[in-house]
Amino acid sequence: MQMSFTQLTEKEKYDHFMERIENNEKIEASDWMPEDYRKALIRLISMHGVSEIMGALPEKEWVPKAPTLKRKLAIMAKVQDEMGHGQLLLRVVEDLIKPYGKNREHILHDLFSKKLKFHNVFHMPAPSWGDAAIIAWLVDGAAILTQTMMLHTSYGPYGRALKRICQEESFHAKHGESLTLALAAGTKKQKEMLQGALDRWWESLLTFFGPKSKKETGHSNVDINLKYKLRTKTNEQLRQEFLSKYVPKIELLGLTIPDENLHFNENTQEWHYTEPDWQNFKIIVSGNGPESDARIALRKTSYQNSQWVRDALCVYKEAVNEFVS
Amino acid sequence: MKQQDDYYLRELLYQLADDNFILAYRGSEWLGLAPHIEEDVAFSSINQDMMGHAVMYYSLLEEIGSGNMDDLSHSRKPQNFRNAILLELKNGSGHYLENPDYDWAFTVARNFLFSVFKQNRLEALTQSSYEPLKQTAVKILSEHYYHFMHWETWFTQLMASTKEARERMEQAILRCWKEFAGVISLGMYSAELSKRKLITSEADLRKAWLDRIENVFQKLKFRIEEPPGMESGNGRNGEHTNDLTEALKVLNEVYGGDKEAVSW
Repeated sequence: MQMSFTQLTEKEKYDHFMERIENNEKIEASDWMPEDYRKALIRLISMHGVSEIMGALPEKEWVPKAPTLKRKLAIMAKVQDEMGHGQLLLRVVEDLIKPYGKNREHILHDLFSKKLKFHNVFHMPAPSWGDAAIIAWLVDGAAILTQTMMLHTSYGPYGRALKRICQEESFHAKHGESLTLALAAGTKKQKEMLQGALDRWWESLLTFFGPKSKKETGHSNVDINLKYKLRTKTNEQLRQEFLSKYVPKIELLGLTIPDENLHFNENTQEWHYTEPDWQNFKIIVSGNGPESDARIALRKTSYQNSQWVRDALCVYKEAVNEFVS
Repeated sequence: MKQQDDYYLRELLYQLADDNFILAYRGSEWLGLAPHIEEDVAFSSINQDMMGHAVMYYSLLEEIGSGNMDDLSHSRKPQNFRNAILLELKNGSGHYLENPDYDWAFTVARNFLFSVFKQNRLEALTQSSYEPLKQTAVKILSEHYYHFMHWETWFTQLMASTKEARERMEQAILRCWKEFAGVISLGMYSAELSKRKLITSEADLRKAWLDRIENVFQKLKFRIEEPPGMESGNGRNGEHTNDLTEALKVLNEVYGGDKEAVSW
């Protein structure tokens, strides 16, 4: 007689699960999974999801201000995509938190109370159109590297969402490249705008990939993410990839990277750079960056202001259901 | 009288372009602030489409030698805009970047009432004597169908739900009603526009709109006795509020910020 899965001991279930991970099988939402796998997924995907949503805010500033009709259309499309990514990812998280009796409402409240973190770059100010260009080109470029690495993640629903996200992100990076090229080939004022933005964003771009190890910030989730094949590369590997891909392009545009120590070491085949301020990074990601409070407040206030709308939709739904039954 | 024909055509095209341009802008200010994330995605898609509609009309203006479409949309003075005043009004108090206290009921009411009108106006334009305008209207209609459905759904749901939602919606409708004659208006050249069959008459547009709206209101047990008004003036004749002046400053901040720039 074949034993059903529910009769297995916890240890046997875990071994079976790890065997699936080792065989590169995809885990689905309704499959059995160990608690720390589920928690790692929730942490990773909810942070990714709210980062997409909070990431819309600095760019939103530039949506109406985009200089031409063509640019206005392009940035509108881009920020809409980011929102769409946020929605897609929150749907993935909703399935994962269901066993805990939680839903989207809880995710948003965790964001408002700073319990749920979002990406360091989205705590930073974007004071010029040059920032919109640098964000679209380099922040999205960095995001593509991270997300492409995650495409083969062991969790099926996340991998499928990422597939679509990566396709759209590559358009964003092209859009960013086009904005950057126009400014780099423009007037003195336009060039200064671009250089100013690069100066502001450089450190955030380096910290984008996270610390090398626990040593820098005292905490890292990279090990567990690697063990469960949620990711396949370390933070430093990704940072090195980013530098190899973008440093030559940035220099080609005649821009100056604000780091005198930046160079490629032929012996070690690695980029050498000035270590960013990891303590400051820690402060930023815990919700105390220059724009953290203002952006969380923007999101929170609008959410509270429209509570009556969500209440009304629930009542309408109940009324319709009653009518149908 | 080709020159004079072009003049009237231009007036109409500005009305069409500016309506879409300014309402798409108001919509884009909601980005990230909509009542739920699904709506944020849907609404920003609609705004993007509407901005696209504005671009189509501005490009018709460009074709008849009115100037570069980026200049037309960004550098004109407020008094040269021809959009209806209702569409330029702010979404609520506050600024889109700071303490926005936006009114979703007003947004739903404004967009629904306008999308009914836009539907009628586009249908009328498919009969226009100006061939390029006719073709543009057909193209836009296919997208507008979904926008109309979107706002109809919101409008019906909020009108037929909680007491609070109903009250907010009724107030918002009344606010729009006070300005809606300005949307229907074809401006001071109304007679010339319909004489040249560029568009149907204002009276027809008005009747078609009222018929459709009254039908919707009736289903939702709502009615307004008085005719739609034009309290703040007629945007078709270049009368506007300070809300438009402020909006244009934002829209033109970067484009107008470097006069020497040839490319962005």
